[in-house]
Amino acid sequence: MRLSPDELVYWQWGFVHLNATILCTWALMAALTLGSALAMRRLSSSEDRSPWQNLLEILVTGIKDQIGSIGLDHPARYLPFLGTLFLFVAASSLSSIIPMFEPPTGSLSTTIALALCVFVAVPVYGIRSRGLGGYLKSYIEPTVIMLPFNLISEASRTLALAVRLFGNMMSGAMIVAILISITPLLFPIVMTALGLLTGMVQAYIFSILAAVYIAAAIRAPSTPGKTAPTPAEPLAT
Amino acid sequence: MAIDWFTIGAQILNFLVLIYLLKRFLYRPVLDAIAAREKRIAGTLAEAAAMKAEALKEREALHARNDAFDRDRTTLFAKATEAADGERKRVIEAARVAADALGEKQRQALARDARSMGDDIGRSARTEVFAIARKALADMADESLEARMTAIFIARLAALDASAKRAASGMLDTANGPAVIRSAFALPAPQQVAIRQALDAAFATKVAITFETAPELVGGIELVGGGEKLAWSLSDYLKTLEKAVTDVLSAKPPETIAATT
Repeated sequence: MRLSPDELVYWQWGFVHLNATILCTWALMAALTLGSALAMRRLSSSEDRSPWQNLLEILVTGIKDQIGSIGLDHPARYLPFLGTLFLFVAASSLSSIIPMFEPPTGSLSTTIALALCVFVAVPVYGIRSRGLGGYLKSYIEPTVIMLPFNLISEASRTLALAVRLFGNMMSGAMIVAILISITPLLFPIVMTALGLLTGMVQAYIFSILAAVYIAAAIRAPSTPGKTAPTPAEPLAT
Repeated sequence: MAIDWFTIGAQILNFLVLIYLLKRFLYRPVLDAIAAREKRIAGTLAEAAAMKAEALKEREALHARNDAFDRDRTTLFAKATEAADGERKRVIEAARVAADALGEKQRQALARDARSMGDDIGRSARTEVFAIARKALADMADESLEARMTAIFIARLAALDASAKRAASGMLDTANGPAVIRSAFALPAPQQVAIRQALDAAFATKVAITFETAPELVGGIELVGGGEKLAWSLSDYLKTLEKAVTDVLSAKPPETIAATT
């Protein structure tokens, strides 16, 4: 039994290889990009707009509102990163119902990659918001003794992000595969539906945790609620 | 399960590319469209607010104009009422004056008419009365009455005072021809002789006279000469009476007539 789509390699040239994870990721990227481009093809700023535009507006504004509810000022600034995290993980989870399609999030490489992106994004946003000194100072607060614990926390939460998502997605796919081999069709369908729900929950958890980490990084502990001056253009990331 | 670092790197790159693509084709268009819509709605709301403010301002101005108009209307109405009242009084006064003048004219005209009618009636009555009297006296007059009048004429001649005699004498002297004794009936010879004798005696001279018959005298005798006459006849009586009546009627004040009309 194949535990990860990484093991399904289509092409290899030395270190470089093309496996199912990468190919499915490209397929998802193409689907998301083309779907967005098609829906936004006849973009209207009036009240008369297409249902697809309405759907995407609801999706984007919903993500934006969720980011704002976490406590991040100017949520549009974090929308590309956190929104893409959610959409990618959610689309990947939904794609599990497509036959012969391997959800990229079922690969530990993908989840580690996403976790590493969050791991890098947190200090980037923190430094942009508080400056390098201010951000690094947060590791020795409230006292220097907390430095190793904070560093361990950073690493462990990144690992937890990766493993949590991978475990949930992989376990769902594994359970369905095992059930298909030992039980009739009805029970795997129920488990697939449950897997879809679990995948959506995981996408929400992953993106919300990333938002929480970023919010914790950009906010000075001594002055809660007070943030550094922000640029006027929210999307200038 | 080994960690595939190439796949991890590739997935990181894929994720960054996906961020760019979604930012390019999803987030920015959607947020721009929403921002444009919100801006347009905000503009519409601001325009509506401005129009509302303008409408309120216009309403206030309209109310102010209406109030001013009402005040002006009230003032003008009061002035017009006052002017109309004054004009009404003036017209009524003028009408009253005109009516009084017209009434006065009518009263005067009526008075004139009444006076004229009274004059006409009086004149007619007078004429008729004297015509009847003249006719009655003419009917009653005869030679015997003539003889009686001759006697009275002679007696009057004899009773003339000195001044009257001088006047009569002058009248006879200025006459070109003989004096004329006129009577309603032809006088008989004795009466003519008596008259000649009476004249001669009255004027102490021989008076040349002729006799004529004049029925219009009704009764009586006239001595005519030099354009003057000395008469005693019923006709003269009637004329004197008629003149006296006319003088009395003419002397009657108009108010008396007006009051009676």
